[in-house]
Amino acid sequence: MDPGRKRKIRLVVALTAAVLLAAALVYTSFSASIEAKQPSQLLVSPSGTSAELTGRVVRRSVRHDGAALRFRVADRNNARASIPVSYSGTVPDPFRGGREIVLTGAVRNGVFVGERDTLITKCPSKFTASNDG
Amino acid sequence: MTASVGSVALALAFLAAIAAAVMALAGRNGERRWVDRSRRTVYAMFGLLTLCVVLIEIAFATDDFSLNIVQQHSSIETPSFYKLAAMWSSQEGSLLLWAWVLSIAASAALYATRNRLREVVPYATAVMAGVAAFFTGLMLFAGGVDPFTTLSPAPADGVGLNPLLQHPSMMIHPPMLYSGYVAFTIPFAFAVGALVARRLDAAWIRATRRFALIAWAFLGLGLLLGARWSYSELGWGGYWAWDPVENAALMPWLMGTAFLHSIMVQEKRGILKVWNACLIVAAFSLALLGTFLVRSGVLQSIHAFGDSTVGPYILGLIAVVLIGSAALIVSRLDDLRSEKRIDSLASREAVFLVNNLLLVALCATIFWGTFFPLISELFTGEKASLAAPWFDRYTTPFAIALVLFTGVGPLLAWRRISWAAAKRVFLAPVAVAAAVGVALALLTDAADSPWALALFVFAAFALTGLAQEFWRGASARRSLSGGSMAQALLAVTSRNRRRYGGYIVHAGVAVLLIGVAASSSFQTKRDVTLRPGESAVVDGRTVTYKRPTVSVSNEAIGFGAVLAVDQDGKRVAVLRPSRRFFRPTGAPTETIGSFFDGEATSEVGLKAGPGSDLWVADQPDIAAVRRRARAADRGFRACLEEAPGTPPQCRALSRVMRAAGADPRLRPAALAQLEALQAAAAERVATSYRADGAPATFRVIVNPLVTWIWIGGLIALSGALIAIWPARPARRAPGAATELEALKEAKYREIRDAELDHAAGKLSDEDFALLDAELRREAVEILNSANGNGTAARTHTRQSDPENRI
Repeated sequence: MDPGRKRKIRLVVALTAAVLLAAALVYTSFSASIEAKQPSQLLVSPSGTSAELTGRVVRRSVRHDGAALRFRVADRNNARASIPVSYSGTVPDPFRGGREIVLTGAVRNGVFVGERDTLITKCPSKFTASNDG
Repeated sequence: MTASVGSVALALAFLAAIAAAVMALAGRNGERRWVDRSRRTVYAMFGLLTLCVVLIEIAFATDDFSLNIVQQHSSIETPSFYKLAAMWSSQEGSLLLWAWVLSIAASAALYATRNRLREVVPYATAVMAGVAAFFTGLMLFAGGVDPFTTLSPAPADGVGLNPLLQHPSMMIHPPMLYSGYVAFTIPFAFAVGALVARRLDAAWIRATRRFALIAWAFLGLGLLLGARWSYSELGWGGYWAWDPVENAALMPWLMGTAFLHSIMVQEKRGILKVWNACLIVAAFSLALLGTFLVRSGVLQSIHAFGDSTVGPYILGLIAVVLIGSAALIVSRLDDLRSEKRIDSLASREAVFLVNNLLLVALCATIFWGTFFPLISELFTGEKASLAAPWFDRYTTPFAIALVLFTGVGPLLAWRRISWAAAKRVFLAPVAVAAAVGVALALLTDAADSPWALALFVFAAFALTGLAQEFWRGASARRSLSGGSMAQALLAVTSRNRRRYGGYIVHAGVAVLLIGVAASSSFQTKRDVTLRPGESAVVDGRTVTYKRPTVSVSNEAIGFGAVLAVDQDGKRVAVLRPSRRFFRPTGAPTETIGSFFDGEATSEVGLKAGPGSDLWVADQPDIAAVRRRARAADRGFRACLEEAPGTPPQCRALSRVMRAAGADPRLRPAALAQLEALQAAAAERVATSYRADGAPATFRVIVNPLVTWIWIGGLIALSGALIAIWPARPARRAPGAATELEALKEAKYREIRDAELDHAAGKLSDEDFALLDAELRREAVEILNSANGNGTAARTHTRQSDPENRI
């Protein structure tokens, strides 16, 4: 086989493999991903909706209930829409009222139940303009 | 005073950057005067930005709260060590750091190339100065990010540095990452210069290779420090979380790794030119993207994400870089033709190409995962994100393949390897890898995780191959010059720093990935709730909660535990994890209870060992303490209201408070008295935790081989340092590191490389004879053009002076 043809075949094989891998990546990421929702969206969702809850922990709402932690999370820009949350597992250091969190879980009878160890708290205001420590 | 001097210096630095760019372009057709002036203007910019940094640091050290940046990020009580680090905890300070580090790197690069690359340097200077002008201009004009913004009147105290950031890593982790990001500007600028000037041989690569390596090493060190910080301190229990900001630093590092490999191919073989140009553009753009991500608020992350004014500007710069570079590369495609072709798939350059494809694919995968929320919002209207398991699943195969090629690459010679030579060099590594695989599968439960087992086997292969390389190189050196094996090893390494430094990096990465695979696949994690005196068994270790502890200091109240760990009847460790609650700073406290609402940090109990780490974090149950705090608060209120039944001291206190209410001048003293009383009460309440017998929840993690991540990282960094370290200066003509000198050096190194490959058995005698003759012919050509004296040059190389032997 002449070298030019050989190179062309190699190129086609390599490109096909790359395209197949990319397609697999795209396909699985859409099925493996989980939607991020704010409390106001979850308040109107049916029980059983699973989501990644993002929002701000309502100040003075954090209560320890045995091993579980109960608190309310409000929309980032709308403190009035808030959903009760129940969570057990590791609590990151920066967690407290007023902080923004991300938590994976599902709505069960009006309460957002977080999956174990999925609570992420954002580091406070390293670069934020507003200071709400 | 500080502010006005600083503002002037910053404005002058901005003007210097613009002037340097203009002067450099004025000198593009070889007017040395303008090029020299532009270089000196860059030095001046470095001086001015240094002044800015020094002024800011002095302001931090002397508690000058008239500066907004100091007031917002430091306080009188902030330990002086952290006052110095507080600069880069702020938006404006981090931008200043960016610009300052860039001015250092640009000055160093221009100094190193002052007698070289005459066509390329003007354009490279313009690019570097342009980027510097962008960042200094951002501080001056973007609004809200001027480090010299003042407050009038100056407050008496500052807000303080967030306790979470008060960790020794804060001192070096951010500057290392920034230095890594910034240093990628240098090879990028020279690549652009080479493209514009159509000087597309390997000259720009030789001039900036060291900067690319420095960028890579700094970024790697920054990542390692960040991983170590989150593992040992933050209480997250892991060293890597696929957080967008972590990914943002990892992606340019991966691109840098690919670039460092593929430029070697261009240097030796004159191929992959377009690829290299694309890689450095990608690495630089990703570095800018990392700078952008922390300031934009577009993605959810553990790290701080605030919307800020500078995000859109940085995005604009990335767009300019990408579009401009793409146009430039396309318009120069004809000049970017390969000089040669890859001879054989069983050659080092072919393996480098495969490793490059793997690294780029890995980077693309991480990019996709990181930005998936934006992608999915585009298509489905919902921000959806991918979690760590997705990243783990897709990156593991890449990591394993990369470890394999980490071992294969060094075993192959450039151009081609003969079947006989291949058998010789692959025999030992394959045999050892097979033996390790069988032993692990039979004697341990490593087979439970096939991916991890594969990684261990490939790492064994890579490490054996690398050891064999060192052994053969040293043996060859020894047969030439005698001496002990250790001396020979040292000599051969110091004479071939790039080669052996690179091998050491490979060994370090293999060790690091062994640690990652073992600790992620065979980790034991348990949450146990214990009362004092109780114990639990985790992975064969008995953990006993001996007693609770309370520590009270001026800034924090800590609740902790003393844990005894026994294994096989022997005490192996005593751990003291705790959780510290920081007293609110700034505003006066209203209640005792608020002392326990403050910022909290975990102090992890860690017993590190070569076999495994025992990691414990404490989540104390302070419900009883809080109840008592509330009761104390009620007592205080009753006391101030002089309710019936309160002790007589209350009357005195409320009298003081009433007087303060009537006369504002008395207020500070009264508030101080109240605060002191509250602090004393808070301390009493806190210490009651010791007698509570309250349960505490401990997260206990047994992490096998995790220590080897840090050791592997340090090995890799020391290898990078060896490769970066310049060759002995005596070999260079003083002051004249000209392009031809560099070209000659490179050719000599290639000859030495071939000799080493031959000595190590990678090149057969015939192949070596052919290659050596060709390389020497090329060297003679270089020497001829250097001094125009063919005969002298020929004798010079034919003798192949002993200095140039392996």
